[in-house]
Amino acid sequence: MEEVNVKKEEAAKLLRQMYQIRFFEDKIMELLGQNVIDGGSHLYAGEEAVAVGSCAGIRPDDWIASTHRGHGHAIAKGGVISELMAEIFGKVTGCCKGKGGSLHLCDPATRNLGATGIVGANIPVAVGAALALKKDKSENVVLCYFGDGAINQGVFHESMNMAAVWKLPVLFICENNLYGMSGAVNRVTTTNDLYTRSSAYGVPGEAVDGMDVLAVKEIVMKYAEKARKGEGPSLIECKTYRYYGHSRSDPRAYRTKDEEKEWQAKDPILKFRSKVILAGIISEAVCDDIRAEVKQEIEDAVRFAMNSPWPKPEEVTEDLFA
Amino acid sequence: MREIAYWQALNEALQEEMERDPNVFLLGEDIGVYGGAYGVTRGLLEKYGPERVMDTAISESAITGAAIGAAMMGKRPVAEIMYVDFMGQAMDQLCNQAAKIRYMFGGKFKAPMVMRTEGGAGRTLGAHHSQSLEHWFTGIPGLKVVMPSTPADAKGLLKASIRDDNPVVFIEHKMLYKEKGPVPDGDHVVPLGVADVKRQGKDVTVVSYSRTVLVALEAAKILEAEGIDVEVIDVRTLAPLDIKTIVDSVKKTNRAVVAHEACKTGGFGGEIGMQIIENAFDYLDGPVKRVAAIDVPIPKSPVLEQYVIPTKDSIIKAVKEALA
Repeated sequence: MEEVNVKKEEAAKLLRQMYQIRFFEDKIMELLGQNVIDGGSHLYAGEEAVAVGSCAGIRPDDWIASTHRGHGHAIAKGGVISELMAEIFGKVTGCCKGKGGSLHLCDPATRNLGATGIVGANIPVAVGAALALKKDKSENVVLCYFGDGAINQGVFHESMNMAAVWKLPVLFICENNLYGMSGAVNRVTTTNDLYTRSSAYGVPGEAVDGMDVLAVKEIVMKYAEKARKGEGPSLIECKTYRYYGHSRSDPRAYRTKDEEKEWQAKDPILKFRSKVILAGIISEAVCDDIRAEVKQEIEDAVRFAMNSPWPKPEEVTEDLFA
Repeated sequence: MREIAYWQALNEALQEEMERDPNVFLLGEDIGVYGGAYGVTRGLLEKYGPERVMDTAISESAITGAAIGAAMMGKRPVAEIMYVDFMGQAMDQLCNQAAKIRYMFGGKFKAPMVMRTEGGAGRTLGAHHSQSLEHWFTGIPGLKVVMPSTPADAKGLLKASIRDDNPVVFIEHKMLYKEKGPVPDGDHVVPLGVADVKRQGKDVTVVSYSRTVLVALEAAKILEAEGIDVEVIDVRTLAPLDIKTIVDSVKKTNRAVVAHEACKTGGFGGEIGMQIIENAFDYLDGPVKRVAAIDVPIPKSPVLEQYVIPTKDSIIKAVKEALA
């Protein structure tokens, strides 16, 4: 039998967080379909092991910088689910008072530097945050999330070079879900192995199964410790898959149903759940309890968001300047 | 009062703020040993070391983004972008990230940072090293935009910008670095958002900023000999704009001319002129006149370059038209 290196309490936490992300995203999709919420959302379902595993591999007082597909990051870093939900509704009780929305979730309390609607734009911001940590002689690190699409932005290269030259404590976490909107990785680049990009900057790069929460955690821990010791940045490519389309209006014509099924067979939640049950770490009953609790938690978050007030028009000019 | 050059005034401001606040640090291209393309950071590497005077690769986007990230974490970065013409490379970071961080995050983060850059024509450097692009930034809510014309203002406004809790685009002028002027001793801070009447007059108000203020003052001197009394207002801070000082002046003179080195179409003069009309229409005895660059890229030839940008003659002509 495969050795499963996780304690009971942590296994429950990882499972709970992955369920939180999955059910949060499923619920958002449902609410978008019913026109209960407006606007767009880029959903993280399928990629749960990346956010949850990587956040489990760092300390609570470490930082993250998120992306347009950022709900999962915010939840994995410990964000308050009802406030995240309310933000996506645009309610005043949201984490950004309804001014940010799905694309701009942030939370200084959980050390989430926030999400951006511009692909790759948070990469230099994460580098700057790591620069501040280094100046403060802090032991903390920054996890910088971005997708396979962002790796072809010029700013990725500028930022990785800068982080390498200054040996900054930042882990570049590339969530390779195979498509930048519809553009397949192997059509817009000459490789499927994006981690190899790091070699141009003298930075270690490694790929990991992004559907395996423990594998992601382990590799992030390894490079986070290096970063804490002043050994500089790393590029970790998490090979993963988003279950939904790029956004709600995406009919997914660029990929096949068979391909979707193949990846769903590697589902990060089901895989981890059966692994820990089989290894006797937590029982099936406990897993079911967690699942039911999270379902309820998401329902409560929706109720909170729906019952929350809208921002007042006079608040529109607040928070522009400090 | 002692007289120092514009570049020295900026250099003093940086030094004083670095002494005052250990969170202040500099980053940019060639700001270390080289001392900056126009010498503003001369001597600072030797004094403060490479951890506070950080030479970077030629990566304007990463420079700006790194400043944002550091600012969000409590630092006070002063980033230098060598020419305002290079800001195109930094625009996403500046306009989509820095300017919006506080607002779109519901006030939970702030980005106290200064983007120092310089612009303007006069050195026959051609289309990529001579532009005036301030109107790019004034159209982005969340940014403050500062353009000093004198050494005293350069020092005082830079100190205020570094102390400000918001992103500030601080645009110097390449033809002003060697200009000398009186600068008060001590902690000379000029608040943002306050215009300055550089010359009192009763017949016509000329509103300007940066180097064109000096051109307007020359024009005013010539017009004085002809019996025309020009008031010259230096807005100093384009965002936030001190419209009250401008309107008060126009209510007194009843005539207004707006002069700047940026191109006329879409230039910030249109905004100033419109705000004058909105706020002082009944006081105007004639149309608001604009003096600005011709709508072309800045040409290389010294003859053409001088033809494109405002001169004292073009300001004199506009003043006379405003009085006609």
